[in-house]
Amino acid sequence: MSIDAHPELPEFDYIRPGTVMEASRFLAEHPGEARPLLGGTDIFVRLRDGFYHEKYLVDVKKLDNTGVISFDPLQGLTLGAGVSMNRVIASPEVRSNYPLLAEACRTVASYQLRTRATVVGNICNASPAGDTIGACLVMGSGLNVHGVSGYRRVELASFFLGPGKTVLQPGDIVTSIHIPVQPKGAAGTYIKLGRNTWSDLSIVGVTAYGVPDPALASGYRVRMALASVAPVPLLVPSVEEFLAANPITPDSLRQAARLAQAACHPIDDVRGSARYRKAMVRNLAEKALLTTWQRLQALAGSA
Amino acid sequence: MANHRIILTINGETEQVEVPSQMTLLQMLREKLAFTGTKNGCMAGECGACTVLMDGEPVNSCMVLAVECHGSTIITVEGLAKDGVLHPVQQTIIEHGGVQCGFCTPGMLISARALLDRNADPSEEDIREALVGNLCRCTGYIRIIDSVRDAAERQQVLSL
Repeated sequence: MSIDAHPELPEFDYIRPGTVMEASRFLAEHPGEARPLLGGTDIFVRLRDGFYHEKYLVDVKKLDNTGVISFDPLQGLTLGAGVSMNRVIASPEVRSNYPLLAEACRTVASYQLRTRATVVGNICNASPAGDTIGACLVMGSGLNVHGVSGYRRVELASFFLGPGKTVLQPGDIVTSIHIPVQPKGAAGTYIKLGRNTWSDLSIVGVTAYGVPDPALASGYRVRMALASVAPVPLLVPSVEEFLAANPITPDSLRQAARLAQAACHPIDDVRGSARYRKAMVRNLAEKALLTTWQRLQALAGSA
Repeated sequence: MANHRIILTINGETEQVEVPSQMTLLQMLREKLAFTGTKNGCMAGECGACTVLMDGEPVNSCMVLAVECHGSTIITVEGLAKDGVLHPVQQTIIEHGGVQCGFCTPGMLISARALLDRNADPSEEDIREALVGNLCRCTGYIRIIDSVRDAAERQQVLSL
């Protein structure tokens, strides 16, 4: 019996296409046998553990503009698929305009893993535990997808179908994620509960995000996304609706946290039981909402 | 399955290597080129024993394909010393007793060097965060953190 925790990688062919169209065609011609490769931090683990059996890995991280971070004060932020999380964290434009995204990236694994790991890869891996997905969801992101018939936009909120399952078809490559310009005075936080303080996968992850909106009774649109407590990364509209209609107070935030708890449906797994996760969603949702509210008030006070 | 011919720089020397697609940077370093200072721990990007610098940034070499390193510059623990003089953090980790069994040390040193390259004056919190992906089962980390802090101070004295 082998005592190796993880065996060497199985045989496959590494393909580096010259253009994104060449990549899409190759992927479309080999459905079920070929997979796009970005940083590989999930793919290599899954190949070693025998969950994936691809014959071809198609490296898409150096195609066209996939290595570019671009920010325009009118258009928003575009992160190429090949942009590593460390580059996102270090980007002055991300830090000043999308601090929630930088905060979420910092909770992923370790520095050396984040040299390779990408936000787009985190999304395409479609794990309910993906730490950066909540931030992208609450900020209304869209994906630029290239398939055999060219480019199209897919809203992130309709991208996930189940654990590891997305709307992508053979030949589709997510080339970048676009995050729109965020309103002035927006603030949020990501709270991740792992088995240790840093570097672990999440048992529960809570993203809370508030945007000033004078049209609403409370004056704020507050969004919440939950990680590791449903088959897909979960937006919680009931929280948003409740906090739009009711004045924001410690009591209403506590009630909103209970709505988040009611909306999630976690499972028992190696990292935690469903019952524990349910309890933690309520506690961490309240904490995340309070932190977000404090940050919103601090920004409103300084404006 | 075809092999790939790649050219890369390792510790300042140009190397030409033929590698199969599935060979990792770690395997190539240890098994093809005998840079056995880089260790194979978990093969899952968790323990950090295989950490090397790729184009100046630390990576888990078990999580990078050798073929992806075509044209890259790699630095392993063997490349930290210059002209027989240890890197400051190599010197301080010896003096502080930050090496016990030594298995984590090469990866730890690479992560520490990368931290000092991007932040010449790291706080204890910065050091802990930078080394979170390097597991050590012997020292309890305190001596390692002390040695990185000490190396930062010595580098600052040297650069004054």
